Amino acid sequence: MMDETPKKLVELKDLQLYFNQGKSNEVRAIDHVSFDIYEGEVFGLVGESGSGKTTIGRAILKLYEPTAGQILFDGQDVTHLKHKHLSEFRKDAQMIFQDPQASLNGRMKVRDIIAEGIDINKLAKNKAERDAKVQHLLDLVGLNKDHATRYPHEFSGGQRQRIGIARALAVDPKFIIADEPISALDVSIQAQVVNLMKELQTEHSLTYLFIAHDLSMVKYISDRIGVMHWGKLLEIGTADAVYNHPLHPYTKSLLSAIPVPDPEVESMRQHIEYDASIETDGKERQMVEINPGHFVLATPEEVSVYKNQQK
Amino acid sequence: MSNPILKVENLHVNFNTYAGTVQAIRDVSFDLNQGETLAIVGESGSGKSVTTKTLMGLNAKNALIPDNSRLIFKDRNLLDLTESDWQSVRGNEIAMIFQDPMTSLDPTMKIGMQIAEPLIKHRNMKKEDALKRALELMKGVGIPDSEEHINDYPHQWSGGMRQRAVVAIALAADPEILIADEPTTALDVTIQAQILNLMKTLQKDTGSSIIFITHDLGVVAGMANRVAVMYAGKIVEYGTVDEIFFNPQHPYTWGLLNSMPTTDTQQGGLQAIPGTPPDLLEPPKGDAFASRNAYALAIDSKEEPPFFRVSDTHYAATWLLDERAPKVTPPVKIQKRWAHWREMQEQESQA
Repeated sequence: MMDETPKKLVELKDLQLYFNQGKSNEVRAIDHVSFDIYEGEVFGLVGESGSGKTTIGRAILKLYEPTAGQILFDGQDVTHLKHKHLSEFRKDAQMIFQDPQASLNGRMKVRDIIAEGIDINKLAKNKAERDAKVQHLLDLVGLNKDHATRYPHEFSGGQRQRIGIARALAVDPKFIIADEPISALDVSIQAQVVNLMKELQTEHSLTYLFIAHDLSMVKYISDRIGVMHWGKLLEIGTADAVYNHPLHPYTKSLLSAIPVPDPEVESMRQHIEYDASIETDGKERQMVEINPGHFVLATPEEVSVYKNQQK
Repeated sequence: MSNPILKVENLHVNFNTYAGTVQAIRDVSFDLNQGETLAIVGESGSGKSVTTKTLMGLNAKNALIPDNSRLIFKDRNLLDLTESDWQSVRGNEIAMIFQDPMTSLDPTMKIGMQIAEPLIKHRNMKKEDALKRALELMKGVGIPDSEEHINDYPHQWSGGMRQRAVVAIALAADPEILIADEPTTALDVTIQAQILNLMKTLQKDTGSSIIFITHDLGVVAGMANRVAVMYAGKIVEYGTVDEIFFNPQHPYTWGLLNSMPTTDTQQGGLQAIPGTPPDLLEPPKGDAFASRNAYALAIDSKEEPPFFRVSDTHYAATWLLDERAPKVTPPVKIQKRWAHWREMQEQESQA
């Protein structure tokens, strides 16, 4: 699946992001989170609402200012980028948003929405080149050239999300953060968009951070997966390891809750309740590698329990 | 055997809009049996929510329902009811659980009072008695420390707790039919699992019948006794939950089953249904699914398929079941489901 020494494209080092810091209503949205995203992989981030997964995506793109810690992109520190350097960075790192209705400007034609990044970064020499680029992008995402002169409200949800994808691709990024890109879409359209994203990833050697609460879809598209809860990253590993050999009790609980489209399996499924008190006992926990590439947040005692479970 | 509590016959619902008439429901018929859960599955625009709104008398004013449509509940046609008649049915004999607990609760009213309201209105209970019963209901739906929280307002509660309150309100008057319209779509999976378990337990205790609207086939597999698949304002296939999941016949049902990944789906194994659902301002001639259907026959674009019988409980509206139709091989994953179905049948015949 990957080379032996995969190159790290994005590195989060002990990232913290607190809202209302120091006040009584302080929220630790990202609480000492560290992980790497390798070049060319799809990294899935799962967790319930309020787990901090969206905040992480936004922090990486500098839509939020981290409280402490470091974000590296392609080896460069991007934690506190400003102005010109920030827009250069955003040419390499783009975002696909959850709600294509809300994230596309309803007063702009599709052509101008897609070309906005091209204009800002002066990627086209003249109008002809700009039009050709837009044309090419529409092709890539399965829309046709008549669509360029229309407005977002003239499209269905799935088509709008394709426009969102074309816009993200316009600046030829290396890295795309997709924050719940399919949860606003119909079931039959979700598969279309996911398959398109997967194709584009291969063709353009893109790296994705795929954030979603649909656990089956994340498993399907991701190479590696991180599980978050209450601002902490609890477990990280390959998609297979996390789903088939989960370590952390929260991961087990989360996986046991996924409904399966099979009545026989469903009649036997038991939801494992999660006792969150193990996160609030105040003990010091660190990410420990239990199996190669499979990490879990644990105390030394818990580590030996997890290791025993593996035998 | 079957004992229908509700019969829906030839239901048509049209909406007059500036653009023209939208034919949202195009001839839908089904029965709901006593004590069962019937799941209605489909995408947005398939008509599943309009069906339930019609059952609650909650359609918008521009809805037109022709005279031959009938909703038979307790020997009367619900479509003949006046608005004041509806008031005694809604929340009393037929109750509804809505998708979003934030918008379906009144933010300015204490939760205990919201649960007591149907009892005061429909059961003529005194306020104190109704609040006592509300407290029991809150305990019944698993709200911890109910006594302390009966005077809370919705914003003080989490999404999962709010949805429990919505369930308690729906159950307050002990309805015969409970309609749940995507009741867990706005919730996290762990909370979803709790609410679904709660609904199953409550159904066992009260014996009420549930119409469960969802697009999540995983949820359907766990909740339903019978399933109706809707597409473009019509039911295209219905049967028992085993028949729909293991012996599906309509290509749209195949497509739905194949476009949802499970945690076992391998890379490249996700088959999307191409295209988009038709515009119901001008529904296509013939089979509405034909343009997205790789298995479409020539007749699909000319004539609408009738229901073909698969078993006494299982019908599908696809020309592929006509005896003149060529034999087609369904997608591999559907073949696997069929193989499992044959095993189930053999085991049954041996038993």
